[in-house]
Amino acid sequence: MERTEVQQKVVAILTPYVKNQDALATLTPETSILEDLKVNSARLVDVVLAFEDEFGIEVADDEVDAVATVGDAVNLICSKL
Amino acid sequence: MTQRAVVTGLGVIAPNANTVADFAQALREGRSGIRAVEKLTQLNFGCQVAGIPQGIDALAQSYFGEAELLAMNSNLRYAGIAAIDAWRDAGFERPSPEDDDVHWDTGAILGTGTGGLDTMGEKIVPLTDAGKVRRLGSTMVEQVMSSGISAKVAGLLALGNQVSSNSSACSTGTEAIVEGAMRIRHGLATRMLCGGSEGSSHYIWAGFDAMRVLCRAFNDAPERASRPMSASAAGFVPSAGAGVVLLESLDSALQRGARIYAEVVGVAVNCGGHRGGGSMTAPNPDGVRRCVRAALADGNLRPDQVDAINGHLTATGADPNEVRAWAAALERTPDNFPPIVSTKSMIGHALGAAGAIESIASILMLHHGFIHPSLNCEDVHPEILPYADAIPHTVREAPTLRVMVKAGFGFGDVNACAVFRKWEN
Repeated sequence: MERTEVQQKVVAILTPYVKNQDALATLTPETSILEDLKVNSARLVDVVLAFEDEFGIEVADDEVDAVATVGDAVNLICSKL
Repeated sequence: MTQRAVVTGLGVIAPNANTVADFAQALREGRSGIRAVEKLTQLNFGCQVAGIPQGIDALAQSYFGEAELLAMNSNLRYAGIAAIDAWRDAGFERPSPEDDDVHWDTGAILGTGTGGLDTMGEKIVPLTDAGKVRRLGSTMVEQVMSSGISAKVAGLLALGNQVSSNSSACSTGTEAIVEGAMRIRHGLATRMLCGGSEGSSHYIWAGFDAMRVLCRAFNDAPERASRPMSASAAGFVPSAGAGVVLLESLDSALQRGARIYAEVVGVAVNCGGHRGGGSMTAPNPDGVRRCVRAALADGNLRPDQVDAINGHLTATGADPNEVRAWAAALERTPDNFPPIVSTKSMIGHALGAAGAIESIASILMLHHGFIHPSLNCEDVHPEILPYADAIPHTVREAPTLRVMVKAGFGFGDVNACAVFRKWEN
């Protein structure tokens, strides 16, 4: 799967949880999921489950901790495809 | 010095209607919300019909965001929609999540009988037992905890006073109104959203089916299955939904020019102690009588001032006992017995939501001046034949209706009674 396609799917999965619509509209790989998109940290486990289901991968807890930006999420997923 | 508690807002999700206006219309028409439920047939339930609110998932999308809905099971959806509707009905705007104002003087007592049993059965039990706890995600606790519905509504409406979920089985919804009225009377809150909600799930209804208290004789004729007060009553029909009543202090309601439906003029709760004929599943008739008398006394009302009764009346064998208990409590004979109806004949038994939805039915009947038909009891039970004239089978216009008493008698032999009086300026 192409990196751009992975990013599109990551953004689609994040979108329902995003509280800051402006940051979503101007999104780059450096956009922070918690600080910029203002996704509720309590819902991160649900986002990770959705990544696992969408891409058919498994993500360990310590791998999740290292993901801060959209780019980090895309990198992690691509490394498992 | 105590406040008087009045009703300034209503919200309802019922098997036969999703708005207050349509619910009033449904009551007039005698519209049944009972339908065949395929799942119950597949799972070999004795009772294969139920009252399930229709079109809720589509409706919920106009109230809640996509991510929010992922954390809202049926119970939360019903309660959330009904609470927002009651809030708006009272003339208030739904607060924005970005608005930091908290309504410190407004609380909620919204109860339920079984909480998030559907989520428990569909998600928590299978995934946990399969060793896949991680797959549950973050939304389980808020949906399953007993206080889930009140906690959710608190956030929807920025509530800052007491927020709690009472639970007293079938009397839950009425008890919530009693508790809210008491809090307002004592000046501890200006407004209280009161009522109950119950989710829709075969898991919730399984235990009742196994006890053989559900009606299994009308699976081929769902609208005829809920038969309170009839000779052919064969058990209750389970149902789901929510009723929310916004109670407000009279001072506050008058000061802001609110539309007042009715006053909660008398309230009482008690228990029959599982004695004197009472048990876990049947009320002690003396307990029932005491509860109704206490509610009347609380409202400074004489028994002869009651114009109509909205009974508990579930279509089990207890219905004739209940009618007799009402006669004793209100000191009436068959000659002067007030009209008595069972809203459950149209919507089934919505458990934790029942008392609230049926209180709303009572308030609407007072407000609009009619008495709805009690369906499916043209064949009145032989033990209450003397009272047959008091049971309407078609809608009765009742422009002079002023006082209606609502009571619920729940598993546990627990009783709750609220007396509503039409508001006249």
